[in-house]
Amino acid sequence: MTFDMSQFLATFYEESFEGLDIMETELLALDVGEADLETINTIFRAAHSIKGGSGTFGLNDVASFTHVMETLLDEMRDGKREVTQNAVNILLESVDVLREMLSALQAEDDLDSERIAIVKKKLDDLLASVSNESTAVAATEASVAEPATETAVPQVSGWTIYFKPHEDMLQTGNDPVRMLRELATLGELSSAVDTSSLPEFLLMEPENSYFEWTVTLTGDIKKSDIEEVFEWVEDGCELTITPIASDVTSENSELDIELIKTTFEMLAPQGEKLVARFYEELFKRFPDVQSLFANTTPEKQQTKLLAALELVVSNLEKQDVLVRTLTEMGMRHKNYGVKIEQYEAVSSTLLDVMQEFAGDAWTDKVAATWKAALALVTNTMIAGQQAEPAAEVENSDASVPAVATEKSTAKKAPAKRKASTEASSIRVSIDKVDELINMVGELVITQSMLSQLGEEENFGEEQIEKLKSGLIQLERNTREMQENVMRIRMLPISFVFQRFPRLVHDLSGKLDKKIELILSGESTELDKTVMEKIGDPLVHLIRNSLDHGIETPDVRVAAGKPETGEIHLNAYHEGGNIVIEITDDGAGLNLEKILAKAKGSGLVGESDKLSDEDIADLIFQPGFSTADVVSDVSGRGVGMDVVRRNIRALGGTVDVKTTTGQGSVFTIRLPLTLAILDGQSVVVGEEVYIVPLVAIIESVQVDTSLVNGITGQAEVYRLRNEYIPIVKLHDVFNIKPLHTEMKDGLLVVVEAEGKKVALLVDDLLGQQQVVIKSLETNFKSVEGISGATILGDGTVALILDVTGLISISKKNASNVKKLTVAA
Amino acid sequence: MALTEQNVPAGDNNSQMDHSIVGAELDENTQQFLTFILAGEEYGVDILRVQEIKGWDAVTQVPNTPEYVRGVINLRGTIVPIIDLRIRFSIEQLEYGPTTVVIVLKVISGADNSRIMGIVVDGVSDVYNVKNEEINAAPDFGDGVDSSFVKGLATVDEKMVIILDIDHMLNSNELASVNKAVDDEE
Repeated sequence: MTFDMSQFLATFYEESFEGLDIMETELLALDVGEADLETINTIFRAAHSIKGGSGTFGLNDVASFTHVMETLLDEMRDGKREVTQNAVNILLESVDVLREMLSALQAEDDLDSERIAIVKKKLDDLLASVSNESTAVAATEASVAEPATETAVPQVSGWTIYFKPHEDMLQTGNDPVRMLRELATLGELSSAVDTSSLPEFLLMEPENSYFEWTVTLTGDIKKSDIEEVFEWVEDGCELTITPIASDVTSENSELDIELIKTTFEMLAPQGEKLVARFYEELFKRFPDVQSLFANTTPEKQQTKLLAALELVVSNLEKQDVLVRTLTEMGMRHKNYGVKIEQYEAVSSTLLDVMQEFAGDAWTDKVAATWKAALALVTNTMIAGQQAEPAAEVENSDASVPAVATEKSTAKKAPAKRKASTEASSIRVSIDKVDELINMVGELVITQSMLSQLGEEENFGEEQIEKLKSGLIQLERNTREMQENVMRIRMLPISFVFQRFPRLVHDLSGKLDKKIELILSGESTELDKTVMEKIGDPLVHLIRNSLDHGIETPDVRVAAGKPETGEIHLNAYHEGGNIVIEITDDGAGLNLEKILAKAKGSGLVGESDKLSDEDIADLIFQPGFSTADVVSDVSGRGVGMDVVRRNIRALGGTVDVKTTTGQGSVFTIRLPLTLAILDGQSVVVGEEVYIVPLVAIIESVQVDTSLVNGITGQAEVYRLRNEYIPIVKLHDVFNIKPLHTEMKDGLLVVVEAEGKKVALLVDDLLGQQQVVIKSLETNFKSVEGISGATILGDGTVALILDVTGLISISKKNASNVKKLTVAA
Repeated sequence: MALTEQNVPAGDNNSQMDHSIVGAELDENTQQFLTFILAGEEYGVDILRVQEIKGWDAVTQVPNTPEYVRGVINLRGTIVPIIDLRIRFSIEQLEYGPTTVVIVLKVISGADNSRIMGIVVDGVSDVYNVKNEEINAAPDFGDGVDSSFVKGLATVDEKMVIILDIDHMLNSNELASVNKAVDDEE
């Protein structure tokens, strides 16, 4: 394969991220115990595509990681393994790791090899827990990973490869012999062929393959090279690749691994205390090392050390993984400015601290084994430290400040990168595209009809008629196409919503709460740019509702509520806005505490009288985001100012309504900067206005006998058994109507916020979908107008805001009343 | 265009020519102004704020806005308000003719916030290079005359050019407050 694959890489990433989303969604949908086969299949297929793709692109870390997942899923699919909650959780975690790996690769960042190894270990353990057969595969797979430094990889004297092509392999155009030849180029090859499955001559199909081979390949060969040979037939054969034990006896084979493991397990429960004590002791004994940790917090460093220890212990048998990880760690340690002498200080301190914790169990033998093990670790790390070329040093000081920061930047960077790549492409549902294609088809037909007409020699009356109808058709085609092209930018809000089931699943587990998430209105469309920016504020609000809104099950039961809390996420269009509501049935805000806190911090004066709404609104004040509020005021209000700021930046609003003991509702309103609306075009005077179709109940011709005046000012229309106030649009907008007589006009009965009014207009035009443009971008908001749109002919039409119109008409009515009173 | 008046050396190609105008002849102290005619007077706006110049075309009226807001137009998908400067300056209205143009301007209102607006004027005139020191502060006209839109007065070829402060003249607060004033009068 010599041609440039990189052009497909972007697609691969996009598809993989999508696959991961699918896996996540389906994993959450899996019923523990009785899993739906189709669901597992979907997950399996997603994993398989990622594995296949990453293999093709040479992303071996990803491929090998996914392979383990795939093996696990395969067993589930075949019914060999039960679907347990534990397995699902580990798979979910693996999805996260994969996502991180892919983001890192996409951003060309370093992989977080420790986290990968930890999660992979979990997967391996899970696999090992039932079938031993698969463990072998997993274990060998686990050992395949791109060696970071060639020198650090232990010597493997060779590989034994068992290769049995499926019978139909030849038909796929793959030739086993060629692969064997390819293998022979890698090293010294000896092979044995097993012809036992060869049928009798007469029964033999010449196009089938009946042989199986056992190949011994000696030499210093990377496993990935061997795998590459079989890359295209992976699914068409049985293949096992096992290493031949190295002649160089590994150093740690002398170690009593079991002993180390048991001591570690014994100490593990006290792990956190142990590492804390270790650092305390270390800094006491060797004060000069303290400066190395200047850039990180002790907590982070402790967690890191603990993780590293766990990793080392759990991977003692898997030498190559261990060596690689340690070498990398060593390299990083050099970047932190660790000197070689200091390793000795660390290991001696660690040994002493461990002894202190282990007590009597710390026998001489244990001590000696651990000492040897640590020496091995130290040496490997030092080797890693020295392996790095000296030239790196200059940059390293500036670029790699500390463990913690390194990690966080690594995580941030891909996120940014992802956002920018996302912005450059958009996934559109096939329906929308098909619709467009249909329209283009129609357009072409119209065009050919018109051009044919133009070529006719005797151009008379008849042709003019045809021409007119053709032009009308063309106009319609073009308008429809314009509308549809604009719709491409709109995506259903489910793209944002779909991440929340996972969030709720994870957090409710962490918080020991039972929470059900209900989603509705997922098909509400909104603009892609708005969608990208609304995600984070929503995550924040939902997390907030989970964390502080919903109570723990026992508190809920005590309060007479069902054990399981409910969070309802809803989206809908209203009055030119998109409204997203987050409703929880938790405890609600503690208004008294909020008020006390606000008074305490000077946000509110001591004597100020505030309504409940005003108090609830205080949580959005910047002053409420300080850390001590978390404990003081049941945590609500953390970073809420940021949420409000972000939403305001989108031109929206967020507010909260709360009922103590019954929960809170957060309402986000966003303008539909580019959202699409079904509208009815109406004519008033010379202007065309758009009335949102959702607001319209019916349109009627004016029957003057049904128009009644009330005290001579306001007019109502009797529609069946209701009296509906009439709003004369030309009066409200101060324009000259086409018809001076009311009977010539039409009434459009609209409803908003539960109130009905009848709009008097001159005429109705067609219904159409319009793309909402903001008036405020370059102008300002106008009462009664929610936005503007561009009609098919390129002119601007204003979109009526029904709610605003009702309030204008009320104001006018009261003005009239005042005037009459004054008169 | 009027740029040719600037004694540009005969360049090899256009890009070089453009470059020489911007680079060689304009230093920090010189600004370019596009001028237009309104009721016989010449007004100037910073040329970097000019987005485009287009002929007068029908607008969509926006209800309940001051009279000088003629309405909004569709400028390649953006809704742009159009303001009649004659009405804005309380100058007698004139029938729109073939020279009547709309100058589309970028107006900066507040930090990082810019708007696109169009002004209707009698016709465009010229482009001038004006040194900063050649711009005189607007004299005090007394209480009766609002000179807050006038950034300064410049003399070019013995003619007076009124340099407008378009940010002040067209920003939304100004529009809003005028709107309010109109309401109050009612």
